[in-house]
Amino acid sequence: MSDLPIKVPGTSPVTPDTPATTATPTNRLEKKLAELATQGRKALIPFIVAGDPDLRTSQAIARTILHSGADILEIGVPFSDPSADGPTIMAADARALAHGTSIVDAFHLVRELRAETQKPILFLLYYNTVVQMGLDLFFATCRDVGVDGIIVPDLPLEEQDEVGPIADSHDVIITRMVSPLSGPRLSELTVNGRGFVYCVAALGVTGERSELSADLSTFEMAVRAVSPIPRALGFGISTPDQVRELAAGWDGIIVGSAIVRRIGEGHAAGLNAQQLADQLGIYVSSLREALDEGTLAALQGG
Amino acid sequence: MNPAQNTPATSKPGRFGPYGGRYAAETLMPALLELEKAYKEAMADPSFIADYQRLLRDYAGRPSLFYHAERLSSELGTHVYLKREDLNHTGAHKINNVLGQVLLARRMGKKRLIAETGAGQHGVATATAAALFGLTCTVFMGAEDMERQALNVYRMELLGATVTKVTSGTATLKDATSEAMREWTRRADDTYYVIGSVMGPHPYPTIVRDFQRIIGDEIREQCQATYGRLPTALIACVGGGSNAMGTFYPFIDEPTVRLIGAEAAGEGIDTPRHAATMAYGKPGVFHGMHSLFLQDQTGQIAPVYSISAGLDYPGIGPEHAWLQHTGRAEYAAITDLEAVEAFAWLARQEGIIPAIESSHALALLRKMAGEFKPDDIVVVTLSGRGDKDVAAIQAYQQDHGLLLTDNREE
Ligand SMILES: Cc1ncc(COP(=O)(O)O)c(C=O)c1O
Repeated sequence: MSDLPIKVPGTSPVTPDTPATTATPTNRLEKKLAELATQGRKALIPFIVAGDPDLRTSQAIARTILHSGADILEIGVPFSDPSADGPTIMAADARALAHGTSIVDAFHLVRELRAETQKPILFLLYYNTVVQMGLDLFFATCRDVGVDGIIVPDLPLEEQDEVGPIADSHDVIITRMVSPLSGPRLSELTVNGRGFVYCVAALGVTGERSELSADLSTFEMAVRAVSPIPRALGFGISTPDQVRELAAGWDGIIVGSAIVRRIGEGHAAGLNAQQLADQLGIYVSSLREALDEGTLAALQGG
Repeated sequence: MNPAQNTPATSKPGRFGPYGGRYAAETLMPALLELEKAYKEAMADPSFIADYQRLLRDYAGRPSLFYHAERLSSELGTHVYLKREDLNHTGAHKINNVLGQVLLARRMGKKRLIAETGAGQHGVATATAAALFGLTCTVFMGAEDMERQALNVYRMELLGATVTKVTSGTATLKDATSEAMREWTRRADDTYYVIGSVMGPHPYPTIVRDFQRIIGDEIREQCQATYGRLPTALIACVGGGSNAMGTFYPFIDEPTVRLIGAEAAGEGIDTPRHAATMAYGKPGVFHGMHSLFLQDQTGQIAPVYSISAGLDYPGIGPEHAWLQHTGRAEYAAITDLEAVEAFAWLARQEGIIPAIESSHALALLRKMAGEFKPDDIVVVTLSGRGDKDVAAIQAYQQDHGLLLTDNREE
């Protein structure tokens, strides 16, 4: 990575954007969430890894997913040692890294997608990737290319003193995360949050789970009671049935490993980019349908 | 023991200059905060300290010997002392930290221990303490290390622990650490994660240092008792850095005492096969801490290599990064070959077979001997014994056509 083949805003200072509390948000993520809330709809947030199984295919998949009912796209930037991820996403990162996918490629992917979509795009990455690029350059590039927010599993709120204001000054959202163990930390973690709060449905690392925790509704009520922003649930959600059931309680549903596993299996079975994209499109459409059905059922049920 | 003493100026708790911190997933944050609180309370509780000291004495066999290596001394022309951590129960310094942490786990009501291990010494120490306290124990170990340290795998199993093989990444200590963190994320409520070195998210680097400083505290006392003065230099190997940190810590405010760490140069720092983090690492964030890491330009962690499974790690504890940054401690890299030669040298000269990790410190002593004067006192921390390494050294000798075992009588 000798040259950053990305247009980087030069010395011209970036104008700090208005904070979240103003009436009309400028950040795509906040705009989308506000729009969904008005429509009484829930956000479907699929996850893929940039460069998995290769860049061209991941672009085709991203495009198809965005046309199949995704509201927000979460793109993983592959990391050598993803310590918050389970075997499925570890394998995807390894596939992407095998042919050298880097943060630069991930930015390229977003730049290409931006030619055809204004839906919010988030990066999921580990903090070292941000640190090595340099905080200013990283967030300036996010803004320039069109990455609206980031999710950083190894960057707790307590360590955001330096990075928070820099992200803000480029109007890039650092997504707050909460878990069922956060307990008394919940209000501190959600106050002043922007976008959605990422609610971790299951203890442990990412990965599909056949059974979701029985205590999810307790968790849901605890977050609802304190969070000033929408709540999206992720970790372990994999079937349309689960999505249908969760639609009532949550503002958004994040589906990661279930998608990434299908990409890995399809690739191993020799599917080409278009076939893989089509297959993932069908799956995401089924999640969309389930989410809308669940939302409607909740409305009708009172 | 006073954990606050000697702590360098820091902006936030758990920071050593800019290094350290607590870069952990939110799922782990409550557990880390709970640990920090429990640790502070324990260290302020005289009965906890008394329990720890009693275990060190009656179970680990402390104080460890401060041994005057006369043959090394006359060969090198200076007073060489060995701090014999190899004589501790389970054969390494790792037990000092483990006994402290397992007492803490018991105090916190945790019934299950997990640990990562490289050379297997920390895994063995944790399995040992688990047996002693009647706790269950799972140790994560890279597949590669399970092969090089097969004896220690069996020892852990004998002690009742489950050894979980880690095949991801380079299948060494780095990956075992990631896997232990993943497991802790799953079971933070009932599981205590016993970290084996001065690394990871706050408060671990501080906890492990405080439980290892017994090494330096004893050196200070023993050296005073023998010579009535402080040592000239302290040399210790650094993997994550716990035996070195324990050795150095009580001397940080003694500017006359040189603090010297030996890291692993593997096949040489001019090859990609080394683990010389202090020389070539760049600041970054990994495994919960801001420290130095061997990594590429975009922040992917580099695959590293050392003959020594205990030094085969791409990072370093944050307090060492700070000690190097401020110039208070100095670090040099030792190749596999130099370490293997030092391993055989100590066996021949003193009748002591050192761990291959500790052999890095001995090799550095040998290289630096010219810098020491006849009345200087140089203390090398012998972090562990070498039984676990004998088979691997024998294989190395054969592969490299070395003659380590020529018979002097012929
Ligand atoms: C005997 C011995 N010495 C040293 C080390 C390196 O660890 P640290 O740098 O934390 O002392 C190990 C680790 O496995 C070890 O077993």
